[in-house]
Amino acid sequence: MSVISRRKQGELGGFSDRTSDIILIVFSLIILLIVAYPLYYVLVASLSDPYDVYAGKTFLLPSQFTFDGYKAVFAEPNIVRGYGNSILYTILGTIYSVALIYLVGYPLSVPDLPGKKLISIFFIITMYFGGGLIPTYLIVQKTGIMQTVWAMFLPGGVAVSNAIIARNYFENSIPGALKEAASIDGASHFRIFFSMIIPLSTPILSVMVIFSMVAYWNEWFTALIYLTNEQAPLPLVLRNILIKSSASANQASMISGGYAELNKMTEMIKFASIIVAAAPMLIAYPFVQKYFEKGLMAGAVKG
Amino acid sequence: MTSTVARPRKAHRKNLGRRIADNWQLYVLLLIPVIITIVYKYGPMYGIQIAFRNYNPGLGITGSPWVGWKWFERFFRAPNFDRMLWNTVKLSLYGLLWGFPVPIILSLVLNQLRFKRLKRTVQTVIYAPHFISTMVICGMLRIFLSPSGGLINLIAGTHIDFLTEASAFRTIYVASGIWQEAGWGTIIYLATLSSIDASLYEAAKVDGASVFQRILHIDIPCLLPMIILQLIMSASGIMNVGFEKAYLLQTDLNRATSDIIAIYVYEQGIVSARYELGTAVGLFNTAINIVLLVIVNQIAKKFGDVNFV
Repeated sequence: MSVISRRKQGELGGFSDRTSDIILIVFSLIILLIVAYPLYYVLVASLSDPYDVYAGKTFLLPSQFTFDGYKAVFAEPNIVRGYGNSILYTILGTIYSVALIYLVGYPLSVPDLPGKKLISIFFIITMYFGGGLIPTYLIVQKTGIMQTVWAMFLPGGVAVSNAIIARNYFENSIPGALKEAASIDGASHFRIFFSMIIPLSTPILSVMVIFSMVAYWNEWFTALIYLTNEQAPLPLVLRNILIKSSASANQASMISGGYAELNKMTEMIKFASIIVAAAPMLIAYPFVQKYFEKGLMAGAVKG
Repeated sequence: MTSTVARPRKAHRKNLGRRIADNWQLYVLLLIPVIITIVYKYGPMYGIQIAFRNYNPGLGITGSPWVGWKWFERFFRAPNFDRMLWNTVKLSLYGLLWGFPVPIILSLVLNQLRFKRLKRTVQTVIYAPHFISTMVICGMLRIFLSPSGGLINLIAGTHIDFLTEASAFRTIYVASGIWQEAGWGTIIYLATLSSIDASLYEAAKVDGASVFQRILHIDIPCLLPMIILQLIMSASGIMNVGFEKAYLLQTDLNRATSDIIAIYVYEQGIVSARYELGTAVGLFNTAINIVLLVIVNQIAKKFGDVNFV
């Protein structure tokens, strides 16, 4: 470090501002390429003939452009049902998670709540210590929510770190004077919660909603251990296709062209199902991107 | 926080009973989350004791006979115990070692980028993989790594079946982890960097500091407390290796490196329904994590006192 700082002014570190700009731009473009290309490649592959994909003819553009992969995906009853299940779990789970985050976050943001410290500790302990997989599994069994929708989100409890982020936001970003004025005017805590806290916290609300949506949309392990095959969400359905590479009986019966044709279909479904599964969240997140920083920083300031 | 300083004093004039009565509605709001937490978080903690019992559902948890450390001993004597333990630790450590610096470097570069539209585009794109399911990521990896026509083999002109090579597993795991999460990891650092006073950069420019020097003497010192904080947080979760990805990328042939404790818990506890063994192994994992957390916290306090406060 000291060697560099002793060099001549203006060319310290070796580069002028202009050269540095170029280096930074090139570096950024390489990063962009590394992250985006695999996704782009799958998109192109999903619109191409799978044999051309494996022959290396689809590095840049689709070859023998076709929507057959997507047609096959949506003709597959398991995938369609999985999609429906995923939508259901995502909607219910997001409502559940965000409601709980608010129900915990708001009371703990009220400064003179007796027992506040104790209640906080009660929740924070669960962030660092838990019963683990098996004891949780046994409780899920015992409470009778096995093979019900409830098993998808009740065992998750409260997203404590998100509740802390929300609490910090309520404390710091909603003016205390406003809350005080409301309570002097005779507004109850319920009233303040529903007509002031919720409407005034849209940035944090949108971050919590997207975080929860993503978590539920992508969840499969909970479904694997608690739910039946008919209740499987999309990612779990995709496990058979993507990981185990098995063709379904439905495909086998539909296709007359024999093994080669079946094989081709299986590969096409792979690419298209990846796009179909990833697309909803990839389309959604840029809309709330501007709130990510606020959301994550509110949690980092004091945990 | 500052706005609330005056209020507690006023509140303390009322007695405790009155304050609780005044706030009853807040307790009502907390009721449902507290009940759910007691049942589904504290309930399992109570259930941990089956790690020390011969669990018999008919007799209940406390009625089942006490067997002491039997299940732990069985785990320690398992033929693959050493392998699982070291695979877990190594996978985690390599992930941290390679993965930790990447978001920092990315955010230093992005922060110095003067073309705001390019910066914005790069940011949006590098967040994307974070929103994709582990299942889909592993599906993509299997396609890319396929020996016949997978992207990697096409580019390299080879026909290697990477997922059957135990020696490739950690690289695949760590590299795909960086691809997926490094971009997301920049958010917290970029937010920290955006709080730097612009006049500091101006002054540095007037003094003739290059971009590289501005990074070295302004950006990095500013990031350091956040880097330490993030390091502490990741170091205390060493035993929490992502079960999902290891499980989905595991093949019979790469087990030598992909067998981790979390997979063992799932296979023994859920698949084979050996509840006691699964619970014991899970507890072992948690215990190590807590010890690490305490140690790292202690170190951080010391470090923090010397350098930052």
